[in-house]
Amino acid sequence: MARARAVLRSVLPFLVGLPILLAVQALSPPDYTLILVNVGVNVILAVSLNVVNGFTGQFSLGHAGFMAVGAYTAAKITLAFSGVQLAFLPEAVSDQLVFALALGASMLTAAAAGFLVGMPSLRLRGDYLAIVTLGFGEIIRSLIENMKFLGQATGLSGLPPYTNIAWVGVSAIATVVMARRLAVSTQGRALFAIREDEVAAEAMGVDTTGYKVRAFVISSAYAGLAGGLIAHAILLTTPRMFTFVRSIEVVVMVVLGGLGSITGSVVAAVVLTVALEGLREFQQYRMVAYAAGLIVLMLLRPQGIFGTRELWDLAPFRRLPRPRPFGGRASTGPEGASPTAVRDDSTHGGRP
Amino acid sequence: MIPLHVKSVTMRFGGLKALSSFSLSLAPGELVGLIGPNGAGKTTAFNAITGVYRPSEGEVVVAGEVVNGQRPHQICARGIARTFQNIRLFRELSALDNVRIACHAGARTGFFDALLLTGRHREEEARILERAERYLEVMGLSHRRGEIARNLPYGEQRRLEIARALATGPKVLCLDEPAAGMNAAEKLELMALIRDLRDRFGLAILVIEHDMRLVMGVSERVLVLDHGVTIAEGKPEAIRKDPKVIEAYLGDAYLEEKHIERPAGPGAHP
Amino acid sequence: MTEFLQHLVNGLSLGTIYALIALGYTMVYGVLKLINFAHGDVYMVGAFAGYYLGSVTGTDRAPGMVGAALVTLGAMAICGALGYLIERFAYRPLRNRARLTALITAIGVSFLLEYGFQLSPMIRSPVEFPPGPSPRFFPALLELGEPLTFLGVTVPRIDLLGLAVALVLMTGLQLIVYRTRFGMAMRAASFDPQVAGLMGIPVNRIISWTFVLGSALAAAAGIINASSRPKIEPLFGLMSGLKAFVAAVLGGIGSVPGAMVGGLVLGLTEEYVAGYTSSQYRDAIAFTVLILVLLVRPEGLFGRATVEKV
Repeated sequence: MARARAVLRSVLPFLVGLPILLAVQALSPPDYTLILVNVGVNVILAVSLNVVNGFTGQFSLGHAGFMAVGAYTAAKITLAFSGVQLAFLPEAVSDQLVFALALGASMLTAAAAGFLVGMPSLRLRGDYLAIVTLGFGEIIRSLIENMKFLGQATGLSGLPPYTNIAWVGVSAIATVVMARRLAVSTQGRALFAIREDEVAAEAMGVDTTGYKVRAFVISSAYAGLAGGLIAHAILLTTPRMFTFVRSIEVVVMVVLGGLGSITGSVVAAVVLTVALEGLREFQQYRMVAYAAGLIVLMLLRPQGIFGTRELWDLAPFRRLPRPRPFGGRASTGPEGASPTAVRDDSTHGGRP
Repeated sequence: MIPLHVKSVTMRFGGLKALSSFSLSLAPGELVGLIGPNGAGKTTAFNAITGVYRPSEGEVVVAGEVVNGQRPHQICARGIARTFQNIRLFRELSALDNVRIACHAGARTGFFDALLLTGRHREEEARILERAERYLEVMGLSHRRGEIARNLPYGEQRRLEIARALATGPKVLCLDEPAAGMNAAEKLELMALIRDLRDRFGLAILVIEHDMRLVMGVSERVLVLDHGVTIAEGKPEAIRKDPKVIEAYLGDAYLEEKHIERPAGPGAHP
Repeated sequence: MTEFLQHLVNGLSLGTIYALIALGYTMVYGVLKLINFAHGDVYMVGAFAGYYLGSVTGTDRAPGMVGAALVTLGAMAICGALGYLIERFAYRPLRNRARLTALITAIGVSFLLEYGFQLSPMIRSPVEFPPGPSPRFFPALLELGEPLTFLGVTVPRIDLLGLAVALVLMTGLQLIVYRTRFGMAMRAASFDPQVAGLMGIPVNRIISWTFVLGSALAAAAGIINASSRPKIEPLFGLMSGLKAFVAAVLGGIGSVPGAMVGGLVLGLTEEYVAGYTSSQYRDAIAFTVLILVLLVRPEGLFGRATVEKV
């Protein structure tokens, strides 16, 4: 019974989210589908990058590279399965299964790439790390451009149109849930400690290198997921989609929303995606405006719109019911614990 | 088992010898003071012990195991905890979170437990919360649990640092000038607290302190460093009278204040 | 052998450019600990400034030594002013904020220059500005005649001249940094800006001049490069800038001689590796070098390792 409740709690966000997404998918006009998909993909990218840049305080500029790894992995798999129908299954179900498999694989390969990149580079700090991750992103792109089986500069085209609003929505929910659960867990606090003071975190027993790499791997996995999704929405994947300008776009979303703020990343990703879409007619001015906006934002409000706070911490939303961090303000500890209780703590071994 | 044994550790930075042949052995429950003028190598000794620096020579032995070259978090896990001379709290996090982070090292769950909200994860979080609150209470900070660390008054920040160090579950606690910047009354209170911690938890405590009276009053044994060299070691009374210490460290001002006769010239030294 | 020597010549020519740009990175990083992301774009602006000045002064139609010198000095002045403005209005207000804030601002400035220059022309006369996205061709500012050849190796005369100019500029910079009061103030500011300020050094002015000097050198690099490889477009500074940064790190960031050696080493490495494997890997080479340097010897060839204080 307790176990069933635990499982239920674990998947609750999806149980609530999926019907809504299916409704949106059914009701939204087809013209808006691509925009909504873009919004969702950018939410995934921004929130996952926030785990590294915001939670852990490590500045990565290589997100597009992991996106590329995911996109190509998923594309290779769906292309390999195209025209193959899994036994005993109707075609639609078979396709969805193949796509799920492809997305899972894209997360795994991107995570592996994240591990390979993170291991050596996360010893570096600040702007050095930024440049090295940028460099790795470019190296990944450069490798893809030189690989025949990945289509070199022209990339892979003719991908099946598997991505829809439900897939993107569920993935975005999964990303937000991941970030949120991390933020209120002991593992997440270890990441915050690294952001606040790496030397002190290390002295307090946090394996800073290990945790940085783990944050990086998780973040990369979700970037890979976003890559797989976008590839099957525009039915194409080329190296040019994953230049470091793409990475910087995601960084801007994270910074605009506020480093460390999950809702900030979501809001910024939605607003920027829609705004850039709206400015499409003014194609050549929009990037100039984007750059100028970035400078002005940094000069006026460098902590981003929300800072490290979440949407519900802001004044107008204070009165609304809010998600409570597990074991947060509510006191569950024995307030009057006697000194002996502490003394008996098993971790204080080795006394006379 | 001797919780900490430092065997003639030398630290060199380029041509500079910041610490030479530093030796120290701490028995369980012992309270030792480490004193010396500015730049004598006290904090360097701490850094060598806690793994921030790797000793150029010599060995640091924690609970019977040589830990040279291990990372600070590994040494912390073996039971050495520290505070910092210039307070290094997790400034933007709450007092409770500061202590909870220190409780994390023993966590038996991983990222996947956190992401899937497993039962184990919830138990672990509850256990960590309980421990963290106990240590906040020990240091008299329960009422500040939700406060952001940087907003705490200075004295409470110092105490929070000690609470955080205790929460790692140490056998040896290294305090780097815990009373710096406090007034006389606060210092006395703090020293009483340090003794109390030692008695309660059976910790071995190593204290760097500038205030002579304080360190003499609280320690059972005192080590004196000067220019990286251990110039004296012994009971506080003996240190107080040691002419070498008086001359090299305490200086003229102290001599005058205490009306102690200036030791005779260099010939007086054995 | 001929191929080997030809790569040597090409690599040196490329390395000189990297070295000149790297000097700007290294000086700014030395003083502000900021990766001036926009520096590569200042280099691009330098080439365009030369292009416009060439057409305004008529040097493009009547090449000559005086005209070329005027164009080069003019472009250096324009970029110096640009560097000053960037520092004054984008970086200085953020001096005491988190370093990443400045890094993001630098990226913003970089984008602004790149995309600003890609706009279609708003001014038509006397020159078309901004230049727009399609490439333009940098005029020959000098008539130098046929390239030299010996042992089958082609050496364009412009490359030799470029090398000479670069060497003169670098020697001049070396003298400024290590032999003048300004240089001493700069080094003091890079060591500890706060203390330098307390010692009566006008830190703000020193930083401004550091930007002016670095940007002027980038402009010179832009013109030397465009004279030898005349296709210029608003995005060409981006990759060169990043590579020059790698050169600065390779040499030991903050070190003037390091930037020169780093630039040359990087230019040669890139030329040889790309020449003997695939030119498609050209851009990846610099980053691979960067990663190797940071992993093996993060302080670079000429830098000094620092111990973090706890």
